[in-house]
Amino acid sequence: MHIPDGYLGPPTYIAAYAICAPLWAVAARKIRRTLDARRVPLLAISAAFSFLVMMFNIPLPGATTGHAVGGVLIAIAVGPWGAFLSISIALVIQALLFGDGGITAIGANCLNIAFVMPFAGYFAYKIISRVAGISSGKWKAIAAGIAGWFGLNAAALATAVEFGIQPLLHTGADGRAFYAPYPLSVAIPAMMLEHLIVFGVVEGLVTGLVVRYLQQSRSAWMLTPAGEDTSE
Amino acid sequence: MSFSREFREYRKFLVALVVLALLSPLGLYMPRILKAGSAWGEWGVNEIRKIAGYAPAGMERNANLWKAPMPDYGPPSGENAPLSRQGIFYILSGFTGILLCGGGAWLLGRWLAGEKK
Repeated sequence: MHIPDGYLGPPTYIAAYAICAPLWAVAARKIRRTLDARRVPLLAISAAFSFLVMMFNIPLPGATTGHAVGGVLIAIAVGPWGAFLSISIALVIQALLFGDGGITAIGANCLNIAFVMPFAGYFAYKIISRVAGISSGKWKAIAAGIAGWFGLNAAALATAVEFGIQPLLHTGADGRAFYAPYPLSVAIPAMMLEHLIVFGVVEGLVTGLVVRYLQQSRSAWMLTPAGEDTSE
Repeated sequence: MSFSREFREYRKFLVALVVLALLSPLGLYMPRILKAGSAWGEWGVNEIRKIAGYAPAGMERNANLWKAPMPDYGPPSGENAPLSRQGIFYILSGFTGILLCGGGAWLLGRWLAGEKK
């Protein structure tokens, strides 16, 4: 899901940077207002955790690979804005040091993986919990798992759309694409199928199991929101 | 006192991160063993030339815009290094990631949360 350099044309990657910049500023302000000092180490652990989780490439035998992110789990622990900042840090380091995701695409990758995923998943978690009137820990963990699956798929869809609009924006007179060559009709099914069926399920299992573990540990306080208004 | 209590609370998470870093070569070897290629949309220029029949001009120009010091969490020499060496670099990348991501987020969080007091 890390978009490399050369896949997005300048209009797309500049727009993504332009969307991310104010969001980073908002996130910093939200964190300043709501993050208690107790959760600061949690922010650090979250960034390192998502970095490591993304190293575990899951193979589809004979085909492609994908990976989980941990984004919804992190959003539950440090709020979606905290998740946005900590996963953005991981993505910047992945791009600069390890060439995982392009330099030009840092904005787009942060938008998809660090913003869309935690927010989509976090709100899915809230909505499922509320609508189902969930109070038991076990069902909350299951709701978190479903939200993890949903969040990763939201990120995959955003990525697929960014890939898929490239041929619309940049195709030469000879019919050849300048950047990512596959249209929406190819990019969306290809990205979504593998994430809906495999990688999203792994994400959901990781999210649900870690939430279940935290509920039963002495660190259960991490699952209570870091100042309710982080979600606004 | 508060520091040592904090440390105890987070010790198990630090242990978990170290374990994840040590296990991370699974993410390198499993795709090799099961013959899984690149992630969708993350092909190199040579790969895309094979898949699409040509290399898009803009992609060819920009693909190598940046020379990462440890490309794909491996040695600077790239994919031709022996697998064992790639595995060691993978673990090394994991620990580098813990230090830089953890350190960066910790400094940012301290700076932001600290201003409240």
